[in-house]
Amino acid sequence: MQSPQLNYLLKAENLTHSFGNTAVLQNISLQIRPKEIVTLIGPNGAGKSTLLKILLGLIKPNQGTISKEPNLKIGFMPQKIQIDPTLPMTVLRFLELGLRNKSSVFDFFKGGYDSTMIEKTTDELDISHLLHKPIQKVSGGEMQRILLARALIREPDLLVLDEPVQGVDLQGQTEIYNYINQVRHEHGCGILMVSHDLHVVMKHTDEVLCLNQHLCCSGHPTSVSQSSEFQALFGDLSDSIAFYEHHHNEDACEHTHGHEHSHTCAEQHSEQPIKQKTEQYKENN
Amino acid sequence: MELLPEFMLFALLGGLGLAIISAPLGVFMVWQRQSYFGATLAHSALLGISIGLFLQVDLTLSVIFISMLVAASVFALSQYKQLSSDTLLGILAHSSLAFGLILISLQDNIQVDLMGYLFGDILNINTTDLWLILLTSVLILLFYLKHWQSMLNITLNPELAQVEGTPIKRVQLQFVLLLAFMIALSMKIVGVLLVTSLLIIPAAAARKLSQSPEQMLLFSILIGCISIVGGLMSSYYIDLPTGPAIVMMATILFLLLQLKPQANSFK
Repeated sequence: MQSPQLNYLLKAENLTHSFGNTAVLQNISLQIRPKEIVTLIGPNGAGKSTLLKILLGLIKPNQGTISKEPNLKIGFMPQKIQIDPTLPMTVLRFLELGLRNKSSVFDFFKGGYDSTMIEKTTDELDISHLLHKPIQKVSGGEMQRILLARALIREPDLLVLDEPVQGVDLQGQTEIYNYINQVRHEHGCGILMVSHDLHVVMKHTDEVLCLNQHLCCSGHPTSVSQSSEFQALFGDLSDSIAFYEHHHNEDACEHTHGHEHSHTCAEQHSEQPIKQKTEQYKENN
Repeated sequence: MELLPEFMLFALLGGLGLAIISAPLGVFMVWQRQSYFGATLAHSALLGISIGLFLQVDLTLSVIFISMLVAASVFALSQYKQLSSDTLLGILAHSSLAFGLILISLQDNIQVDLMGYLFGDILNINTTDLWLILLTSVLILLFYLKHWQSMLNITLNPELAQVEGTPIKRVQLQFVLLLAFMIALSMKIVGVLLVTSLLIIPAAAARKLSQSPEQMLLFSILIGCISIVGGLMSSYYIDLPTGPAIVMMATILFLLLQLKPQANSFK
């Protein structure tokens, strides 16, 4: 399956960025190919969101270049969205606003847009019963599905997801990840996502990028999870399936950046494994 | 019923025009929580007057110019996000007000009806004002025909809108400049102190009646027009100050509509 394709959807080279005097990202290079799932993991403050924003063109990096395939259609699912209660808007209208072919008011009054994509996507994500509800009244987990639907109805070449399962219950998480996996095969789009949840993510991911201001390690999940740098950051996955919450102790982490990379990272994981989660995980494997 | 005198016809025309153009700007101010921005522009308009007096140029034009300048600088400063925009607006609003008042006080030989600018003088609307209102409404119409969807998307989430291909900076800047233009114009009608209410109150009142952004726009226009007519009439027949009477009418409508149960119910 991993035939060496030369074409890429998006390619970043030597990205370096800092806010004021604080270096956030150092010398990051990555590329995303069609049908590939690239997952960005890393502790809080590792620069995941900043990297995502740079790749999306929302922030200009201090250094480095980003090249995109010409006419690349990006579907983006932001981490959170807050909609003022004074804005009267149904879920359906929210989704319609994401359709590309409706830019001016004329298009709206014409009404002649293709609703099949909305119907199909909402059906598959099990949110069609929400379509006529005010968007401020849906739950956090429902909102995540709605945001994913909005990204998908644009039929993107590249899907960018910022923590797509935040606030979704455990069963829903697996469903969403399975659906994302299915989407890339059906649409053939590349997927870049940020995630905290290592286990469910690992299953479908082709390439994991472990970020902590610089790229600690990258590669296929199986090889990455065995690398020493990964284990220093996240612990040994193979025998700690049970841990779910990932706590990164900032004080205990020392980084020396430069020619030599030396890491002394002490990790604290939540002591109590979540039983339910473990069972869920085993079931799915 | 006797026919209204000419100045009342002018006031009515100008007022209705203003109600119509303030609605499409007002709804977005409400949705984007920018009412304080409007207040800042209104305060800076006073600086426009004093600078106009100082340089002895047309006051309407200098107010428009200064308002748009302030709007553009707020827009530019907000890109940096070092200070919260709330703080920034607070500083700008009151410093420009202070500078404006000082600049006026320095020119003792000029008599200016400051009260007219603070509280408005709708009964003094002239043909130039009417033409300017018409021009603004054309500009606003053109803007929204092109950018209504974009503005909605920016309101929902600017980052998402930008990724989806909306030129958010250009659209926002145009919006802000239109807002400044509109506020500079409406100062004469309801005055510096009440300009923002003409933008905000009809839009807020319309919320209860609306289930879509477009409905809210239409109801907001309607409520604005009723407030103008009601305010003018009560001013004409029972001699209330006109600007405040208009705002009072809008507020009464807003309060009445609060009694109505929310239109957006669960399904």
